[in-house]
Amino acid sequence: MKKFTTLVSSAVLLVNENIDTDQIIPARFLKATDRDGFGVNLFRDWKFQKNGELNNEFALNNPNYSGSILVAGNNFGCGSSREHAAWALSDYGFKVIVSSFFADIFKGNALNNGLLPVQVSEVFLKALFLKIKDNPQTEIEINLIDQKISVKDTVLSEDFEIDPYKKTCLINGYDDIDFLVASINKIEAFEAQYLQ
Amino acid sequence: MKKTLFDKVWDAHVVDSIEDGPQVLYIDKHLIHEVTSPQAFRELEDRGIPILRPEQIVATADHNTPTTNQHLPIKDALSRNQLNELSANCKKNSITLYELGHKNNGIVHVIAPELGITQPGMTIVCGDSHTSTHGAFGAIAFGIGTSQVAQVFASQCLLLAKPKSLRVTVNGTLKNGVLPKDVILYIIAKLGTNAGTGYFCEYAGDVFENMTMEGRMTVCNMSIEMGARGGMIAPDDITFEYVKGKEFAPIGSELDKKVAFWKTLPSDEGAKFDQEYFFDAADIEPMITYGTNPGMGIKVTGKIPINITDDSTKKSLAYMGFEQGESLIDKPINFVFIGSCTNSRIEDFRTAASFIKGKQKADNVTAWLVPGSKRVESQIIDEGLKDIFDEAGFELRQPGCSACLAMNDDKIPQGEYCVSTSNRNFEGRQGQGSRTILASPLVAAATAIEGRIIDITKHLN
Repeated sequence: MKKFTTLVSSAVLLVNENIDTDQIIPARFLKATDRDGFGVNLFRDWKFQKNGELNNEFALNNPNYSGSILVAGNNFGCGSSREHAAWALSDYGFKVIVSSFFADIFKGNALNNGLLPVQVSEVFLKALFLKIKDNPQTEIEINLIDQKISVKDTVLSEDFEIDPYKKTCLINGYDDIDFLVASINKIEAFEAQYLQ
Repeated sequence: MKKTLFDKVWDAHVVDSIEDGPQVLYIDKHLIHEVTSPQAFRELEDRGIPILRPEQIVATADHNTPTTNQHLPIKDALSRNQLNELSANCKKNSITLYELGHKNNGIVHVIAPELGITQPGMTIVCGDSHTSTHGAFGAIAFGIGTSQVAQVFASQCLLLAKPKSLRVTVNGTLKNGVLPKDVILYIIAKLGTNAGTGYFCEYAGDVFENMTMEGRMTVCNMSIEMGARGGMIAPDDITFEYVKGKEFAPIGSELDKKVAFWKTLPSDEGAKFDQEYFFDAADIEPMITYGTNPGMGIKVTGKIPINITDDSTKKSLAYMGFEQGESLIDKPINFVFIGSCTNSRIEDFRTAASFIKGKQKADNVTAWLVPGSKRVESQIIDEGLKDIFDEAGFELRQPGCSACLAMNDDKIPQGEYCVSTSNRNFEGRQGQGSRTILASPLVAAATAIEGRIIDITKHLN
């Protein structure tokens, strides 16, 4: 897994709430058997109109927006457990998703792929929306070590929570398999008493 | 200390705890399917890690399979490749696979219970969010991502922080025509789509105690639609009766021993939950959804809320082509789907058949019935339900996930409404531009007969 410590970037703004994983990557694109290449189909049915033409009103098609941070409305990533959603966001180039709430499975999937979900307060999220709407070039700094998100050249900043174990994993680029495989002796000892 | 059902099962599976971090949780059964497993197999292969307990894994092909002509080669090259890869991976790793056409094949959350693989007190995972279904047996069951599928392959364990506990109690007697699907749609409509996030939910009260296992599975299945990772119902005699005699269920003295243990699992009197909600069964009526998330539900005779100001809800109504304050009664419907891991068990088809018997589907309606498994398909035929469906003009297809997520060719056309017994009404879920209205098998059957949404309560004996 790629390491993550800090990031400074402009952001793409997607104000919708309850963005589900079927929107992030529709089911018909889940037939691939590897992890790569899902980025081109990210938000596929929002990116294009019914007639197949580009939907210029959609945030990802807005030339003013750029950067590797996605700022999105409440309850991001609800729905299916498909990790393809996290793969598609990463493959597209996002490294951080900011929202006021994340669905459980998506959050776990993102963390397992080095894609950092930053959960902020509703108030902070609304302030961020306004800043980015006002100036799409607004730079946002994410500091995982200090667990802080701040808007550059402003006083706007907030601390965010992350599981300390997951934080260590992200900073060092470890994943859960490394840890679990190193625990096989303990697991087998557990089985020996449990399976009786 | 007084423990909840969830505490008892969870605590019995903790291998290790990391200080200030997650716990290592042992997994009894790992269910896999073609869509979310190939990358996990490949990851282990690339890292040279063997699968630790292949005998605790069961595989089926369901998400991406056709529901007609299953004996013929699959036309779509990508789908075919995905299924071939599942077969090859299972063979290479000595994993039991119920592939297309096998007598045990079907939707993963339908086959594991009907084969007796799902048992009380177990931990069960699958790369599918509706794994919560198995909680109906008093198991801890939840959906996982592909990285976690790889973790379970490698270690038969997962690293998890223990979720908080939530209990939803519904007491009283359900009205005629109110099915388990209506109960869970009502709960989600009341609580919203993220009320359960971070929680494991126990359903308690006499409504669930009096439910069949099929009904309990429907309820637990949709726990994820209110954000809860899983749902659970305390195992009781109804549970034990259901498990008994199933292909992989314990037998003889082993069964007696298990049942004695299962009886210790229900939450202790006075056990504390982090959050509790109470509802009255008498308030629940047949439900439908009007929006693009499962929380946007109303009673079938109700009206879409007014004074909606937020953009997401407005966008949702615009997608559905509905207005604030509108009633959906008499809305013409051209597609009806009875199937999915939520409602594709034999009881669901019996319910539909009892309403349909002697009636004809409306001319404007395409009505698909997709059984959850080969066994359910056989039961439908053996019990004579197929004849009822045939005579009424319904199309009984072969088992699979089908139009619930429209990964195969079973898609609802652009702009069309589908009254569906599945679990999600997200934009485009049943095909690009399709518009899903979630409902019970009874409401779905009635819609197919009338060609429009009706007040089902006026049509019951």
